[in-house]
Amino acid sequence: MALAQPAIDQPIDWEVPEKQLGLWSDAWQRFRRNRLALVGAVIVVVLVLIAVLSPLLVHFGVIQDPYHQDVANIEATPGMAGHPLGSDELGRDTLARLMYGSQISLTVGLLVQVIIFPIGLAIGLAAGYAGGRIDNLLMRFTDIWYAFPDLLFVLVVVSVWHPSGSPFFQLLPIFGAIALVNWVGLARLIRGQVLSIKEKEFIEAARSSGSAPIKLVLKHLLPNSLGPIIVTLTFGIPQAIFLEAVLSFLGVGIQPPTPTWGQMVFDGYEAVYANPSSAVFPALAIGCTLLAFSFIGDGLRDALDPRMRR
Amino acid sequence: MAPTLLQIEDLHTQFFTSRGVVHAVDGVNLHIDAGEVLGVVGESGCGKTITALSVLRLVPDPGKIVSGRILFRGKDVTKMDDQEIREFRGNDVAMIFQDPMTSLNPVTRIGPQIEEAMTAHNRFTQQQARTRVIDLLKRVRVPAAESRVKDYPHQFSGGMRQRAMIAMGLANEPALLIADEPTTALDVTVQAQIIQLMKQLNRELGTAMMLITHNMALVASLCTRIVVMYAGRIVEEGPVDQIFKSPQHPYTWSLLRSVPRVDEARKDRLVSIRGLPPDLSNPPPGCKFHPRCPFVIDHCKEEEPPLGEVGPNQLARCWVLMRTVSDEAIDNARAASLASSEAAKKLKQAVPDAGR
Amino acid sequence: MAVIEGRPRRGALLRWLAAFSGTRGGALGIFVGRRILWMIPIVFFVIVITFFLMHQAAGSPWDKAGGRQLSQSVIDNLNAKYGLDKPEWQQFLIYVWNVVHFDFGLSYQYEGKSVTSLLGEGWRYTATLGGLAFLLIVPVGVGLGVLAALRQNTRIDYATMGFATIAASFPNFVVGVLMVVVLSVTMYKLTGGSFFLPSSDFGIDDHLIMPVITLALLPIAYTARLTRASTLDTIRQDYVRTAWAKGLTERLVVIKHILKNSLIPVVTTLGPTFAFLVTGSVIVETVFNIPGIGRSFVVAVESRDYPMILGTTVLFSVVIAVANLIVDVAYVFIDPRVRLT
Repeated sequence: MALAQPAIDQPIDWEVPEKQLGLWSDAWQRFRRNRLALVGAVIVVVLVLIAVLSPLLVHFGVIQDPYHQDVANIEATPGMAGHPLGSDELGRDTLARLMYGSQISLTVGLLVQVIIFPIGLAIGLAAGYAGGRIDNLLMRFTDIWYAFPDLLFVLVVVSVWHPSGSPFFQLLPIFGAIALVNWVGLARLIRGQVLSIKEKEFIEAARSSGSAPIKLVLKHLLPNSLGPIIVTLTFGIPQAIFLEAVLSFLGVGIQPPTPTWGQMVFDGYEAVYANPSSAVFPALAIGCTLLAFSFIGDGLRDALDPRMRR
Repeated sequence: MAPTLLQIEDLHTQFFTSRGVVHAVDGVNLHIDAGEVLGVVGESGCGKTITALSVLRLVPDPGKIVSGRILFRGKDVTKMDDQEIREFRGNDVAMIFQDPMTSLNPVTRIGPQIEEAMTAHNRFTQQQARTRVIDLLKRVRVPAAESRVKDYPHQFSGGMRQRAMIAMGLANEPALLIADEPTTALDVTVQAQIIQLMKQLNRELGTAMMLITHNMALVASLCTRIVVMYAGRIVEEGPVDQIFKSPQHPYTWSLLRSVPRVDEARKDRLVSIRGLPPDLSNPPPGCKFHPRCPFVIDHCKEEEPPLGEVGPNQLARCWVLMRTVSDEAIDNARAASLASSEAAKKLKQAVPDAGR
Repeated sequence: MAVIEGRPRRGALLRWLAAFSGTRGGALGIFVGRRILWMIPIVFFVIVITFFLMHQAAGSPWDKAGGRQLSQSVIDNLNAKYGLDKPEWQQFLIYVWNVVHFDFGLSYQYEGKSVTSLLGEGWRYTATLGGLAFLLIVPVGVGLGVLAALRQNTRIDYATMGFATIAASFPNFVVGVLMVVVLSVTMYKLTGGSFFLPSSDFGIDDHLIMPVITLALLPIAYTARLTRASTLDTIRQDYVRTAWAKGLTERLVVIKHILKNSLIPVVTTLGPTFAFLVTGSVIVETVFNIPGIGRSFVVAVESRDYPMILGTTVLFSVVIAVANLIVDVAYVFIDPRVRLT
């Protein structure tokens, strides 16, 4: 770094250092080198494409209609009668249902993060910035919240609110429940970041000159914590997908005829001796999706963590 | 003549990293006689610690002793098998490390840690070890030794921790104690105490010592002979008094000039050595010190000088020895170094947090 | 307590308390005491939330979808019997009072049976399942992690960590179902026998192999990964180098210096692991048809048996809180650097 003549007369402007931009391209480089993360990313992209395109594919006859009950071919084994992955106990095509099911899983996984983000941000900011008793109170609150076993809470919530109607309405309590169980991690993270920024001298300086340094805090919060925030949210996606799948498996998630992977596993399990593949395919779909997101999360974490060196 | 305890012959220890091979120890020869205190001096990264670790075969991955012999009482350490090296470590030769806080197991009490050193070599029974620990702690002047034995390392102060480490090192009455920067992590006043203690122990027990440090002042009070290392090689060695009075290698001379002296006029500023230590995976041609040397001549850039005799028992690796350098050249070197340190200071004042 | 002229001095109790807390034993006692007291608001919170949620449910528990519609007088009687005719806050207080007396009320599904007795019936299954899983997790998880760390970057390392990564991503029920497919179905097709099949009669036999493994798999994976990371970190520490320099055997260095330190963070995760076993039992018992508390919870959710739901949730939360307390106390014992004040 070439040292120019220091301009001593100008005030020092504590702008976000330029090297942050370098951090992103550097992170991207590291992510690209991580083969597992790339595989995960590819899988997720394919999944998103499937979710988005599957109605089109049905429309153009490339795959069968997942709601159509091919009564003549119940419990078909893979490859029979135009069902590439077989069919379920009502004759519905497994492949088509798998593809439609990805819509639910991805929607839940991603949208829940959208809900968690403002909640975690707000509480983390409040606790970190206000400090003192408010911080204490909020932290105690999160401790108590932590004690509630996540699956149980979600089950309780859906047992209370189970609207019928369009899948979207059915999803609302599920979104809410899953988000409520998972926001604590993000809040704690943000609180930690705010606390460490508060310690920096320029905040002291701003405070002693009378101004409320909240703008300064916010300005520095995002660039520094964006990395860990992204990683936390990315790891939250498989958590959410998992919870949704469990709910569907137990029969308290989205109700048929909307296909979801968890439901398909359950249905397949009932007929496991007759047609084992009908349980295996959705099970593998869930597992591989979660695995893919985990790889991406690991890759992001390694790429964005400035301390990790190979 | 005291018998030779340790003889290192043409030792080469290298690190095989993804960025290339680092020649950490590049042909080192030294010896230590029974009862003497040898100082090994140099900047960080010059290879002094790796040399010491090589003696105990504790060089961490990806490092390896590539060639050379390390003879302890005639036996080659590099050729010992696992059983022999275990018996050797902590018994014939012991080593104490720089930061006693991180060098002691934080979840075990001090007493058992020292006892362990003894019982591992089957020289003492558990019972004997237990009583001996208290004696050892007393010998290193740890107050209230009987109760302190049950404490954990974090309950000790820095100086006491180092004393405990010394006690641990001496537990099996080794012939040689290697001390790697034993005082660097301590306060200045405590530093003096520890050095005093080591001097006393050397006198009382006759334990030979290898003191590794970058601090010339410590060397003066404790050592009989010193060896100066740079970029993995020895560049000067000789008796302490001689080296301090007339250092022949410019590097040694610079090191000594950078230590404030009571008898020098205050207006004489400290001389710092310009530049940075060389990249050991890609060292400069010729003499490895030449890019930073204030008295460099052309020949230095072409051929590396051998270690030559420059006085009674004194060796130096240089084409231009200090005794051949004119006073004028020395003054010029001083002025140049002053100028660069002044400039650096001005810059620092302008941008106070540049380093952060 | 200091006594002067027959009367205890003011402040003597506090001073005694201060002196008591000065000793580590005393401080530990106070620490445990405080944590136990802290459990009360936690459990209370759980009860409040769950109770509140229960009473948001639309309709009364007697509307069984697709079942016979009961006459109003019958409904009124039922409401009176279960105390549902009282105002909500009163119901809440009554409930809390009962919980303190270990009375969780009567189940809606099973006429006349108390929730407490139902929980008692299912308890031994769930406890056996969880206990065996835990006994599997600790040695296998830690063992794999240590092995991978000590043989870093060899094939063993890659194999164990690869396995751990995959196992950590497959949810309980997926693993369970896949296991059933692979083991039971294949075995059945091959031998026609019932080995590996989930069975309803219960004993510690081969029928437990699959559920226990299913339940334990994910925690094993997590524990192995954490142990490996922690051990790798510890191996690089200076005090391990000191241990080698003392001439100790590999066994001593690994056990007393490396593991003694690297396992400390692993202990702290035993609490969440335990919580995971609790929630995991819900799924695993459903897949393998084991009549434990987990499965009865699911059934209760499906049939809107609110006392059962409430009671099970409270029980689970208490159990998890106690487990966390035990782990935290254990942590204080194993790490002497922890300060209790």
